Amino acid sequence: MTNNLNLNLWVIPLLPLIGAAINGLFGRRFKNAVVNTVALLFTALAFGWALRAVWTLWPGGDTPYVEVLAPWIAAGKFSAPFGFQLDQLSMIMVLVVTGVGFLIHIYSVGYMAHEGGYYRFFAYLNLFMFFMLTLVLANNYLLMFVGWEGVGLASYLLIGFYFLKDSAANAGKKAFIVNRIGDFAFLIGMFLIIQRFGSLTYTDVFSQIAKGNFSAEAGWGFFTITGICLLIGATGKSAQFPLYVWLPDAMEGPTPVSALIHAATMVTAGIYMIARSHAIFNLAPNALVVVAVIGCFTAIFAATMGLAQTDIKRVLAYSTVSQLGYMVLACGVAAYTAGIFHLMTHAFFKALLFLGAGSVIHAVGGEQDMRRMGGLRQKIPVTFWVMTIATFAIAGFPPLSGFFSKDQILGSAFHSSHGGPVLWAVGVLTAGLTSFYMFRLWFMTFFGEYKPGAVDVGEEAHAANAPAHPGHGAASHSHGHADDHAHGHGGVHESPWVMLGPLVVLAVLSIVGGWVGIPQFMGGNNHFEHFLAPVMQSGPAVTGEQAAKAENDSTSAHAGGPSEESAGEEWMLAGASVGAGVFGLFFAWLLYYKRPELPNQITSKMHGIYLLVLHKYYIDESYGAIFVKPLLALSTIVLWRGVDQGVIDGLVNGAGSASKGIGNELRQMQSGNIRSYASWVAVGGAAVIVFMLWWGVK
Amino acid sequence: MIPLSWYLILSGILFSLGVFGFLLKRNIITIFMSIELMLNAVNLSFVAFANYWNTHPGTLPSGAGVLPLSGHIFVFFVMVVAAAEAAVGLAIIISVFRTRETLNVDRVNLLKL
Repeated sequence: MTNNLNLNLWVIPLLPLIGAAINGLFGRRFKNAVVNTVALLFTALAFGWALRAVWTLWPGGDTPYVEVLAPWIAAGKFSAPFGFQLDQLSMIMVLVVTGVGFLIHIYSVGYMAHEGGYYRFFAYLNLFMFFMLTLVLANNYLLMFVGWEGVGLASYLLIGFYFLKDSAANAGKKAFIVNRIGDFAFLIGMFLIIQRFGSLTYTDVFSQIAKGNFSAEAGWGFFTITGICLLIGATGKSAQFPLYVWLPDAMEGPTPVSALIHAATMVTAGIYMIARSHAIFNLAPNALVVVAVIGCFTAIFAATMGLAQTDIKRVLAYSTVSQLGYMVLACGVAAYTAGIFHLMTHAFFKALLFLGAGSVIHAVGGEQDMRRMGGLRQKIPVTFWVMTIATFAIAGFPPLSGFFSKDQILGSAFHSSHGGPVLWAVGVLTAGLTSFYMFRLWFMTFFGEYKPGAVDVGEEAHAANAPAHPGHGAASHSHGHADDHAHGHGGVHESPWVMLGPLVVLAVLSIVGGWVGIPQFMGGNNHFEHFLAPVMQSGPAVTGEQAAKAENDSTSAHAGGPSEESAGEEWMLAGASVGAGVFGLFFAWLLYYKRPELPNQITSKMHGIYLLVLHKYYIDESYGAIFVKPLLALSTIVLWRGVDQGVIDGLVNGAGSASKGIGNELRQMQSGNIRSYASWVAVGGAAVIVFMLWWGVK
Repeated sequence: MIPLSWYLILSGILFSLGVFGFLLKRNIITIFMSIELMLNAVNLSFVAFANYWNTHPGTLPSGAGVLPLSGHIFVFFVMVVAAAEAAVGLAIIISVFRTRETLNVDRVNLLKL
């Protein structure tokens, strides 16, 4: 573990923190140019430092490279150091975070140029980078948790960036509170790990797991419980069912934030955490099943909700939830590599989609409703082309990045001993739905006619959104972003190059990003899997079958590696997912380009289902009825009126009024009458004399 | 030979008279005289004790000796203090009477809120 290198990893998170501190403390007085120079400089430096660290360490360096700076918390035998770790997994994460983060910083310079709170925005963005880098570079769960909570905080601040808008402030609170539920489970998981292994440091815990023989506990023992606790933590941060509800609302934040936090980086923290804890999950097949089912269910559930959304950012939000479901599914079938691979490609194309959507919104003057767009293809050609690339990438068309990662996940789901045809089939269906709603977005936005003042054909959509997200639906079109881009109402215009540049870079990454992981049956070498193999092999396999597979199959990093299977089957699986994508494209073309009157006919025929999907299965409403309202009632009646006002206020006020009453009585003694004072003195003197006569003088 | 206790009882009576006079009277001159009465009651007990210890040496509970004139010295101190007090007190009384034209203490209550 120890080597002579000194990479000074601590510098990487520190740089954005300095940027955040400078902008946050003094930015109010800076000009915008100074603010964004500071923010970009420190982000770029962090990216450069991360690149240098990766370059120095890999290839050939000992991994994991661990750097312990100082003891942090020591209590009895337990101690958590202040340390950072760089291995292949954190290399990928740190590069994605700093790289994509840097691009989004550049984009924000253009996008936020006319917004208020410019310095605040960049300070928060840098703060987010600091916490995210702490999260991925930490060498123990506790420091990871610091970053984990920190990104939650940054996310809260950025979602509620337009804090004067009620819906944004509420969305921020919702994100924070929902995340806390997951965090609680994560904490319990950490306590369990401490109790069992006496440490939270990755290397300690995983080497103990590797040495020990825990296969007897494969049932519902320690590992399963710990795994499920960690999973619940991940469902909060990575927006999985049932804790995904905060993510669609998080679209209240500025669009670059949606891209950075709610698509590309922060939400991947849960996936990273599961992949990091793969040694624990590998020992708990039951927990893995739960992981896979939750991931799979979230994927298709969110995809169906994406079908009926008309807000361009909300479509992308649900697609994010759905894609994160894919990653969790990959982890659930023990194909962590595939999950991380998809995490990386998704970071590229989803950041691109969001930034492109931001560019579209910018172009049409703050409009977010796709029904009021259309025909933008010629007007904003660059945005159109990068969005096209991203759309094809997310829909899984070869040879774009999304194809390879999604195919790997689906292939693993099919082959893995933890997976099965059912998971695969649902995955393929989701791929079809994904393709459909993404092309729906594509056709609605860029084809047809531009209809800025379109009649609200589906005003009920807004009405439906209104109760769950007060002020979001129709209201958000009249204020919020629209205010800030009011200058854009003059006509549709392409965004400046400071915004388009990052889009082009991301578009290139969305195309080539997948080529590092071309599977063998296609003649590739799957460099990605080999790259991650040292991390993923450190955990022992549970079942004999898996162990045998891992040994025999040196090329396949983990169980689920399909190299022994026939290439024909692989081609068939890949074909199925591409076929699903083509189907999605075809139906989207049919419904939203060829015969645009069809969707209305279909929705009126299937009104019930349509409404159900439109209202997002009434999940927000039922959470409101099941959890929020009773909790609110309990808090109001018992805790507030009863305990707080009754007991606590009663005690405090009682103490106050008691002293007041006693004081009021004693006040009578202070009459100001000299003779009554003298009487008291005389009485006192007499009492002393009586006492001395009675009991004597000792 | 009159026993010590008689002197002390007389001293106690005089002191009590002083206390009650002080508490009950409103005329500031009377109050002043009551204070003198209390001081002199104490003086009486001092000289009584002084005389007693001089005629019964060596009976102090602590066994210590007593200087023959110590009680008388105290009395002189008290009388000096009383004389000084009388001078200051009478000056105050005159000044109060000049400004407020009353000798009733209940009406001299500027210090009361």
